[in-house]
Amino acid sequence: MLKEKKAIIFGERDEIPGLSIEECLKAAGVKQEDIVFSLTECFV
Amino acid sequence: MKPVIKGSAYVLAHVPDLVRYGSKPYREIEKDPNLLPKIEKNLRRFLDVVAYPPNQVFIGNLTPDELRNIPQPWFENKLFSASSCGNFGEIVGENNFYGVLKLADANGYDLVWIENKFLSDIKKFGINIFFDEQSSQKMGEGKTIAEIQEKLALGPRMALPLFHNEKLIGCFNRSQDPHAQEDEALGPHPLMEGLAAKASGALALKHLIEKLKMSPEEIDFIISCSEEAVGDRYNRGGGSLAKAIGEMCGCINATGPDIKAFCVSPIYAIIVAASLVKAGVFKKVAVVGGGCLAKLGMKFQGHLESGYPIIEDTLGAAAFLIASDDRKSPIIRLDAIGKNNIKNSARQEDVTRAVVLEPLKKLGKRIIDIDKYAVQLENPEITVPSKTGDVPKKNYDMIAGLAVLNKEITPQEMAEFVKIRGMPGFAPTQGHIPAAVPYLGHAIEAIKNGGIKNAMFIARGSLFLGRMSQLHDGMSFIIEKNPKQKEAKKCLRKKRP
Repeated sequence: MLKEKKAIIFGERDEIPGLSIEECLKAAGVKQEDIVFSLTECFV
Repeated sequence: MKPVIKGSAYVLAHVPDLVRYGSKPYREIEKDPNLLPKIEKNLRRFLDVVAYPPNQVFIGNLTPDELRNIPQPWFENKLFSASSCGNFGEIVGENNFYGVLKLADANGYDLVWIENKFLSDIKKFGINIFFDEQSSQKMGEGKTIAEIQEKLALGPRMALPLFHNEKLIGCFNRSQDPHAQEDEALGPHPLMEGLAAKASGALALKHLIEKLKMSPEEIDFIISCSEEAVGDRYNRGGGSLAKAIGEMCGCINATGPDIKAFCVSPIYAIIVAASLVKAGVFKKVAVVGGGCLAKLGMKFQGHLESGYPIIEDTLGAAAFLIASDDRKSPIIRLDAIGKNNIKNSARQEDVTRAVVLEPLKKLGKRIIDIDKYAVQLENPEITVPSKTGDVPKKNYDMIAGLAVLNKEITPQEMAEFVKIRGMPGFAPTQGHIPAAVPYLGHAIEAIKNGGIKNAMFIARGSLFLGRMSQLHDGMSFIIEKNPKQKEAKKCLRKKRP
């Protein structure tokens, strides 16, 4: 489902960080170069 | 030599007229000046801030478990018999805080100008732990409104207006010396942030000294874990809040640095302080964190949209004393420090394993052997309306989840685990201040009176915010009942006929 899709990731410190979402997407077939933006923020 | 946590103090300074200088409101008001009246309309009165249940927990008049029994929204369930004086400190009103801010500026830099009548009223009627016969002189002379307006006419690069009850009562100036004129680190806004941290931190340290009935001269070393990064253009974040706060409190035999590590700073500072005591380098080390002006009104948009008052209207400050073993205060277990190493991933589970499970393994303990866990204790009433969730709850669910994976509890027991070993968030979103340590005062009392035997303090730091690394930080320490407290009682019993 996610193959050949571009990904924009917003992670959150107290929930799921961006790097973890990246790993999940890669495991689901998204290529590294298709992760066009990945960021973790702290919202408190 | 086992280090002990001898005491803690907490202060809230209610500063509704400084909310406009919080980072988020300041930026939004710049874009849309019509926002300011909406913000002002939704600010709380001092009495409402005193009667707000989470604030009563912060200053030690109510326990976190008692707060759990008060229905939310807490701002609608005020405690009308509440006092601004707490077991652990106080809630300071804005006019008195301006007086303390003026005292914090008594180093000849002339940053804070206060109007004559307003300053005279503070000197005559102000009640604060810092106000005494000498403080009137230290506050110096006031200014006329014409002088203040003349200064403000130079624009916000040179001075920012100060208000009380929405009325102009003074201004905060750029550093006056010639070389500071082009230095944005010494402009009125960053200096106001630094001085607010100094003033509120000094209030907390002063309360700590009074509470412990000690002389400020007994303190050997001070570590600031305040969020503010004090410095000039060549050395932004260079430091000096620790020593500045100590100077204000009369700790003439102390020196000390600032420790910066985002929200983990208080945990680092307490661990370093305890290590210095254990090594015999110093006997009494104070850790102090001043309030964070930049975080005032940070979630105001969520509050306005939800029909809430703007709850981020207080500067929060805290101070702790770590000392050599007194045979009664809880000990800090330096042999079981939790830390999230550089090699660790950012996964929540991995960070929690590093800061919770690893230190427990060192002691041969299980997760359920700790009576209370203090995590990031942000008040959910501040964060939920802005859709950032209940931060303590998320952290407790993760710890409970680990206990399930460890087969210490069943999935059905998770809610009970969180209820018994966790607590509702009650701290203002004041940067480093909510990082587990708001519970230290309650923990010291609960351990001493036998309510609990130990507690773990866990903080997590968003190092990625500085854009130097994608790493997450995390540290923890455990405090437990002083074994000598028990021994002392046994000895006493033996002596009885």
